[in-house]
Amino acid sequence: MDETANVTTLPTTPAVRDIAALGRPKSTAARRFREQMIVGTLAIAATFSILVTTTIVIVLARETWGFFHFPDVSVGEFFGGLEWNPLLGSEKHFGIWPLVSGTLLVTVIAASFALPIGLVTSVYLSEYASPRVRATLKPTLEILAGIPTVVYGFFALTLITPLLQKISPAFGSYNAMSAGLATGIMILPIVCSLSEDALRAVPRSLRDGALALGGTKFDVSVKVVVPAALSGIVAAFLLAISRAIGETMIVALAAGGIAQITANPTAEVQTMTAYMVQIFLGDAPATGVEYKSSYAVAAMLFVMTFVLTMVGQYILRRFREEYE
Amino acid sequence: MATPRSTATRLLTNRAFLAVCLLATNVAVVVLAVLLISILWQGLGSLNWNFLTHAASRKPAEAGILAPLWGSVWVCTICGLVALPLGIGTAIYLEEFARKGRFTRIVQTNIMNLAGVPSIVYGILGLTAFARMFGAFGASAEDGGFAIGNEESLFYFKLPFGSSVLAGGLTLMLVILPIVIIATQEALRSVPKSLRSGALALGATPWQTVWGITLPAAIPGIMTGAILAMSRAIGESAPLLVVGAVLFVLNAPENLMSDFAVLPLQIFNWAGRPQDEFHAIAASAIIVQLVALLAFNGIAVFIRQKLQKPLQ
Amino acid sequence: MQIESTPPSPGTGAPQHGQHVRQIMAVPGAPSPSPTPTAVTVRGFSSWYGSFQALKSLDLDIPSQQVTAFIGPSGCGKSTFLRWINRMNDTIPSARAEGTLQLDGADLLAKNLDVVDLRRRVGMVFQKPNPFPKSIYDNVAFGPRLHKHYTRAELDELVEQSLRQASIWNEVKDRLQASALGLSGGQQQRLCIARAIAIGPEVMLMDEPCSALDPKSTLAIEELIETLADRYTIVIVTHNMQQAARVSDQTAFFFEGRLIESGSTEGIFTKPKNKQTEDYVTGRFG
Repeated sequence: MDETANVTTLPTTPAVRDIAALGRPKSTAARRFREQMIVGTLAIAATFSILVTTTIVIVLARETWGFFHFPDVSVGEFFGGLEWNPLLGSEKHFGIWPLVSGTLLVTVIAASFALPIGLVTSVYLSEYASPRVRATLKPTLEILAGIPTVVYGFFALTLITPLLQKISPAFGSYNAMSAGLATGIMILPIVCSLSEDALRAVPRSLRDGALALGGTKFDVSVKVVVPAALSGIVAAFLLAISRAIGETMIVALAAGGIAQITANPTAEVQTMTAYMVQIFLGDAPATGVEYKSSYAVAAMLFVMTFVLTMVGQYILRRFREEYE
Repeated sequence: MATPRSTATRLLTNRAFLAVCLLATNVAVVVLAVLLISILWQGLGSLNWNFLTHAASRKPAEAGILAPLWGSVWVCTICGLVALPLGIGTAIYLEEFARKGRFTRIVQTNIMNLAGVPSIVYGILGLTAFARMFGAFGASAEDGGFAIGNEESLFYFKLPFGSSVLAGGLTLMLVILPIVIIATQEALRSVPKSLRSGALALGATPWQTVWGITLPAAIPGIMTGAILAMSRAIGESAPLLVVGAVLFVLNAPENLMSDFAVLPLQIFNWAGRPQDEFHAIAASAIIVQLVALLAFNGIAVFIRQKLQKPLQ
Repeated sequence: MQIESTPPSPGTGAPQHGQHVRQIMAVPGAPSPSPTPTAVTVRGFSSWYGSFQALKSLDLDIPSQQVTAFIGPSGCGKSTFLRWINRMNDTIPSARAEGTLQLDGADLLAKNLDVVDLRRRVGMVFQKPNPFPKSIYDNVAFGPRLHKHYTRAELDELVEQSLRQASIWNEVKDRLQASALGLSGGQQQRLCIARAIAIGPEVMLMDEPCSALDPKSTLAIEELIETLADRYTIVIVTHNMQQAARVSDQTAFFFEGRLIESGSTEGIFTKPKNKQTEDYVTGRFG
């Protein structure tokens, strides 16, 4: 250490063993090999997800192809026919529309319940609620989201249907309204939490700006924040509808087993998913036309939810507001 | 010239909207309360120790949920053991290693699609790929396949898997895999870039950075995703129905190839019967299911809290 | 391809820091010290982010075991250039470079360069302190454990020496297992310096290390840099000119991706050769 008379030297560290002398070096080659092995394994894991989709498509396509080669079945009737009764001995009909109608009826009822209530609840949670209210509401929604769907089915069967029957005797012991309401309750937490995420992503500055212009809280929430978060909200709606379409246990328990085209909520309907349950629970032989028909229905279901998911993704990508 | 809007009207609208909000928000709370109360009311009566320890029976008064309970434990454990490493590994690869480009975008979109597929379709996939194995080993172990070991022992193994606990667990894995992947990705993204830079600047390789810095920092978020996914797994019924869960089984599974029943499907079975007695035990089973769910969530959240403390 | 390791030789021919302070006020025309070995050699170095050219044909010698400051207005490329020296720009897919960039004669732009080894020899301290969410001990031990095997005793000694060199040992010696996030901003930055010291580098890169700190911490770090300059080659990016004047021996002035002027700090600040340099150091712009 150099010392000059004119300068106050800073306190010096005591002479020590050089840091570089400590320790034994690790092998570079081993490090490289290990890194490559690990990254390789992870890459293989990542391709599994693609394998899953490919397999689903292949399996559904192959079985549906097999289905359409049965003598009773034709593509024209599948997409054009209005009757679905595959279990009738001599005269089988395979028009898909009754099942689709059942699915749509239940879904529309569910969406009419869950989308408005869910959106308003999420606006309240995001814009109005005090921390105390949030502390009760968020766990409530999380619990609702965690309840198995078979419990909602039970609830529909044992509570909602009797209640509806008290309101009007037109409701049979299986009806679309009961299943629709239960499905709506099931998807309510999804709508709430995804919409709330979208609303919270809107930066504070937008709200402040609207308030500064003399807006009421209503003006701010409904005229500024919701439109700004619209792409996220629409995506949330589409995801919830997709879940409703794919729901199985509630409709299997409460909606019924008669495939018919109807818009009457008091009527008994059979959805695509409930039909599949019926077949897999039953004794139909695995090579028979009834069994194969459930694959065709599954293919239709897969395409419907696939389209909804893609549209939702597209909306999110195209229309998401960039704030930064 | 535009007419000014009355301030009074605007304030009224504001108030009215708040009322609508409160109304809507209460729906969720009211519904949950009604649901829980009705379940408890219907099911508490027949909930007793016998219920938990008896096997299934044709008579509702003697029926128990021993077999479905253990079946659920086996299936969910297998599911978790496969789905969590696979899902977390996929997410790590996508977030930390893969070059962002066309391939990653396709994989990402694909995962979002998988998240939206109805669970019953996964049941079909599981049936074909795991239970029947595409027919590669014949129709069953006795008819074209092969088996090692003895059916009663712990290490029995057969191909094709058939309607076994293993097939059920793997099918369930398919259902929750996208959830695990997406949640883990979010958790990894939330780790600040500055931490990774710090590690790289010290001479860490990308994997050493992930293993030593990024992953530990993302554990709380990953655990949340895992909890969510396993909660879903505990309650799933449709895919297991398709893959061959039996609705009337007497014993808990003895090995990976056993037939199995699960609690949600037992609930489905009893709920679908017309007799009120069956509805009552269905409600009892639901109570057990919900308690199990709550306990699982509680333990998992507790573990997450413990892991989070040292980092604060 | 590994970089040849040259052991640092303490203080041969480099101007001593006490004398350096004195020399600014000394008689002009005093004999300059003997030429010092160069740590980093730069010739015709250019870099791009995609199609945007961030650095334009730089020529520079960074002498070893001295403090070199990079100064210049925001966006002039000084941080970008700093990050090329330890190849941190590799994390940005669109970044590429051409020209000559050498550390002790080894080509840093070589395709098969072992960047892990490079980053062991060139440490970096960032603008905002970024301690890992681990204990103080584990923060310092993280780097060394990547590269070498240590016994517990060796690691304990290494951690202590690194923390001593970073002038923070006395403040943390009783709580090495406590979380690093509990330290103040200035302490965290000194911890980050200790962390960099622990891997045994020859060169320390500091990217505006004090800009997120209060004046008291800034002073502590500047004093720390003075003590470190005996053992390490230090390159510090700063947009605080007074800081550059205080701590550095050599200064390089950057503007819009070009190296306008470089030389001894005393020369740049008292007798700049270039009009732009003069305008910047006298505060007419920037």
